[in-house]
Amino acid sequence: MQAEVKANHKMKFVKFQSLGTLVGLLLLFIVLSFASDNFLTVNNLLNVFRQISINAFIAFGMTFVILTGGIDLSVGSILALSSAVTAGLMAGGMDTWLSVLIGLITGGLMGALNGVLIAKGRLAPFIVTLGTMTVFRGLTLVYTDGKPITGLNDNFAIFGKGYFLQIPMPIIWMVVAFAVLYIILKHTTFGRRVYAIGSNEEATWLSGISTTKVKIFVYSISGLLAAMSGMILTSRLDSAQPTAGTAYEMDAIASVVLGGTSLSGGRGWIVGTLIGAIIIGVLNNGLNLLNVSSFYQQVVKGIVILIAVLLDRSKKSN
Amino acid sequence: MTAQLLEMRDISKSFSAVKVLDQVQFDLEAGEVHALMGENGAGKSTLMKILNGVYTKDSGTVTVKGKVQDMNSPSEAQNLKIAMIHQELNLIPHLTVMENIFLGREFTYGSTGLIHWKKMKQEADRYLSQLGLQIDPTTLTSELSVGQQQMVEIAKALSMNTEILVLDEPTAALTNREIDALFDVIASLKVKGVGMIYISHRMEEIFRICDRVTVMRDGKYVGTKRVSETSMDEIVKMMVGREITDRFPKIDIEFGAEKLKVEGLTLKGKLHNIFFSIRAGEIVALAGLMGAGRTELAKVLFGVTPADQGVITVSSKQVNIRKPIEAIQAGIALVTEDRKDEGLLLPMSVSHNIALPNLLAVSKFGFMSKARNEELTDKMMKQLHIKALSANQSVGSLSGGNQQKVVIGKWLATNPELLILDEPTRGVDIGAKKEIYDLMNQLARQGVAILMISSELPEVMGMSDRILVMHEGRITGHFTREEATQEKIMFAATGGGNRDAS
Repeated sequence: MQAEVKANHKMKFVKFQSLGTLVGLLLLFIVLSFASDNFLTVNNLLNVFRQISINAFIAFGMTFVILTGGIDLSVGSILALSSAVTAGLMAGGMDTWLSVLIGLITGGLMGALNGVLIAKGRLAPFIVTLGTMTVFRGLTLVYTDGKPITGLNDNFAIFGKGYFLQIPMPIIWMVVAFAVLYIILKHTTFGRRVYAIGSNEEATWLSGISTTKVKIFVYSISGLLAAMSGMILTSRLDSAQPTAGTAYEMDAIASVVLGGTSLSGGRGWIVGTLIGAIIIGVLNNGLNLLNVSSFYQQVVKGIVILIAVLLDRSKKSN
Repeated sequence: MTAQLLEMRDISKSFSAVKVLDQVQFDLEAGEVHALMGENGAGKSTLMKILNGVYTKDSGTVTVKGKVQDMNSPSEAQNLKIAMIHQELNLIPHLTVMENIFLGREFTYGSTGLIHWKKMKQEADRYLSQLGLQIDPTTLTSELSVGQQQMVEIAKALSMNTEILVLDEPTAALTNREIDALFDVIASLKVKGVGMIYISHRMEEIFRICDRVTVMRDGKYVGTKRVSETSMDEIVKMMVGREITDRFPKIDIEFGAEKLKVEGLTLKGKLHNIFFSIRAGEIVALAGLMGAGRTELAKVLFGVTPADQGVITVSSKQVNIRKPIEAIQAGIALVTEDRKDEGLLLPMSVSHNIALPNLLAVSKFGFMSKARNEELTDKMMKQLHIKALSANQSVGSLSGGNQQKVVIGKWLATNPELLILDEPTRGVDIGAKKEIYDLMNQLARQGVAILMISSELPEVMGMSDRILVMHEGRITGHFTREEATQEKIMFAATGGGNRDAS
């Protein structure tokens, strides 16, 4: 009985922790509102959230990957290659939607390749995606010859530049993706399998679940979302850059961890990732508004991440 | 008169209110090989861990060479020249043989911290040749066979001037030739005056190399005999001699059609030509000692390690099982021995765990149906009397008995034709045990065929209709409930039956 009471207490504590991230975000909002006159304006906030969307897509996919106990370092390179493919096709005269579709499929396939190597080849996710990160980046440079691709179709603006009811399109896309992914994780059998693998892969396999298929699918989702992020970025910049997305995996992983998802898998949720991505976006924006040098910005961001991980650790040992 | 090396008197030890050692006696003379025997869970390893300072005793005295000692850590035991060779070897595979022998005690040039490789090689050579071994000290340990690695461990113990050496099932993974080599080494250590404590389930080895044997049962000291003055039968009787009470509520059920037939099942090096069958409503126990191949057999039937040869027939349909999902589809469920690593998602809720092998049944078009999941969880929690605050409580915070019930529940929900239970009552309190037995009866009555792997002889004899005994990957005994005696089972489990046959 005593153990049961203790467990109940523990459950409450976990909920309180997710609340903690949210409280942290609110504090950040309040502090920045006072520190800068420009922070709490509709224009600035829409701008912040538009920036956040680029990272959020990648972080959403990363959440799936990390929930299975894996990691995906290749997302930045996948972003670059799929956006280069889409831009290249458009510049070559292809229809906008078809080029986007092919770009997204390319991203999904690159993710699937990661998944196959990890699940079938039984290789460490860190090593596999470290390798493919370099390969995909190299392929991007080959494909673009190291130069930006321009001359995109006008209606491609719907991804990064357009508005819907005065809300920037990237935010709309982000909200739609979030809703779909939230439902997948929370309400589908696939979501259950993702959590189960991260929690105990052996027991999951012994329960008759094809852990190989689930993992391949998870990395494909990560690739697809990185590609989607690439579409938005390319549309906003009006060109595909061969070095786009470099080091984007770092912000994505940081968002997931800030959101309370455990790097060892099985524990966490996508709502936390969204909050984490917002914290990182707001932090970037706030430090800019406060004229903090970009060198110091990195220091601050790193410290925030470390504090979050320390909190996560003390939560576990409690 | 040889010198008394070690005397352990009235040793007791409890783990959270469970008494695992109750006033146990043990002593050892110089140059003696003293066997320590008992069923799994009799308390042998706990006693040895106390000797090695891994656990501290609650009461009793340990006297080493006439002086009362308290071993509070493995290093204190090492200082008293006590060493243990564990069943799982403790060498570091990426280091060379000599680095392993002198790990943490490397020879250096004075206090410079620079390693004196030449001296290390010489010394390693010396100890290895004392054991009559031709192993190059600069070989990587991972390149050695298990038997050779064991020898290196012994050389390591020797280099520490060990006087009391504990060998825990040292022959379990060795070939016959390696066993002979090991016994030669043991004989030469005897001459040097090293006292050895020998833990083994193999009766014939005890009679080959040991001077005395001490038997433990349920954490208690049963007795010590000179090997020359005792017999296998007497030792077996000492090991199992307890009354079976009505702790086992087995009911008689009329058997139905044959649910499982296994013919010629073979898994290289693990299982040899296994034949048996189970009928609906029948409970068959699979007895044997640790490492006899019982869990391997269960894992072959469940597709974890597919068989190399043989035919499996479930409900008169021949099935080809290469992975768990195929076993589940064939109507087989396996409640694994290790519920924490193989059975449960500990941080997850009861309902999440029960749903895991039943995701199709609790979903529609891939979407979880909350109602169906709740219904299924509710049914299982009621049927199995799972005590949890709610279906959402994490399984990790439940008691051992309730955790076990969750594992059984998740498999019961798949409506299996054949239920394999691997040590279903291990680490479970008496109340929950009884409930698990009642459940087995209930399932048998519903026509489920049950294969129960158990190391507890009373459970084997109390809860089964038939008993299969395994030894070294073979079925060495086959008894009906009426024929079986604990002695017969033990005899077959230690290879006794085999020896008579050959």
